[in-house]
Amino acid sequence: MTRIGVITFPGSLDDRDAQRAVRIAGATPVALWHGDHDLQGVDAVILPGGFAYGDYLRAGAIASFAPIMSEVIDAANKGVPVLGICNGFQMLAEARLVPGAHTRNAHQQFIRRDQKMRVENSDTAWTNEFAAGAEIIIPMKNADGRYVADAETIARVEGNGQVVFRYLDVNPNGSINEIAGVSNERGNVVGLMPHPEHATEAGFGPDMPEAMASGTDGIAFFTSAIRALQAV
Amino acid sequence: MPTIVVEVMPKAELLDPQGKAVVGALSRLGKTAYTSVRIGKRFEVTVDGPVDDAILADVRELAADMFSNSVIEDVVSIEVTE
Repeated sequence: MTRIGVITFPGSLDDRDAQRAVRIAGATPVALWHGDHDLQGVDAVILPGGFAYGDYLRAGAIASFAPIMSEVIDAANKGVPVLGICNGFQMLAEARLVPGAHTRNAHQQFIRRDQKMRVENSDTAWTNEFAAGAEIIIPMKNADGRYVADAETIARVEGNGQVVFRYLDVNPNGSINEIAGVSNERGNVVGLMPHPEHATEAGFGPDMPEAMASGTDGIAFFTSAIRALQAV
Repeated sequence: MPTIVVEVMPKAELLDPQGKAVVGALSRLGKTAYTSVRIGKRFEVTVDGPVDDAILADVRELAADMFSNSVIEDVVSIEVTE
């Protein structure tokens, strides 16, 4: 069975939720520890949400220098699927595994909402089970979610199809071009601010037009990784 | 003990939400002379021993790779103080 590792950092909050999402999707979650130099042979890695190392210095900055990150960077460069959710996305950006960076939200507030997004690229390791252009609703919650990069980088990322998710209806944090998530060039590393692991079981997901708390749009992130690994 | 002071500022072209909040507070206090505030970071790195070229080179590297993120920030100065 596919084994997907979830790294716990000091200050991680959503590591258990990510493990649960992996289990619901049909893979085996493996708890990994930031202080180890060991990925325990997992097939894919998730950097979960939270406030690792207190988000001191910059969100995700100190975590990007954690011991296990040298193994994560090696694995990512070899094509292992890596997903960074919220704080994990900030870590991926700080580690330069995906382009861009994050700053404080433009409105200076922490924001939590069930966020509509469009899947702009359904060819990545974490989105291949979505239809191209699918519109999904995933919960988001952050204070430092404003995605920024210089104009040249934005043009390159847009041109390469590395914008994987774009906010719809509302730009919740002032991100450039409403960018909610990006990938590396190869498409095995994906980061996004909203939390797919919180939308994997009816009754515990985001509110949907049909029914409260019924959203399960997040499950396809994890089944996509399983499919990508089986295709290898 | 010698201290190396590193100063980091958000890039000029980027919105600085912290600075914007302070400007808002200033205008509410009637301090209308000030049109902009930008907030950066100051790192004071204390060294056990003399600051030689190797230490300075190391701090320059740290300033670029860890104390700042070049996507959103600039290292504006690195100075040695006693």
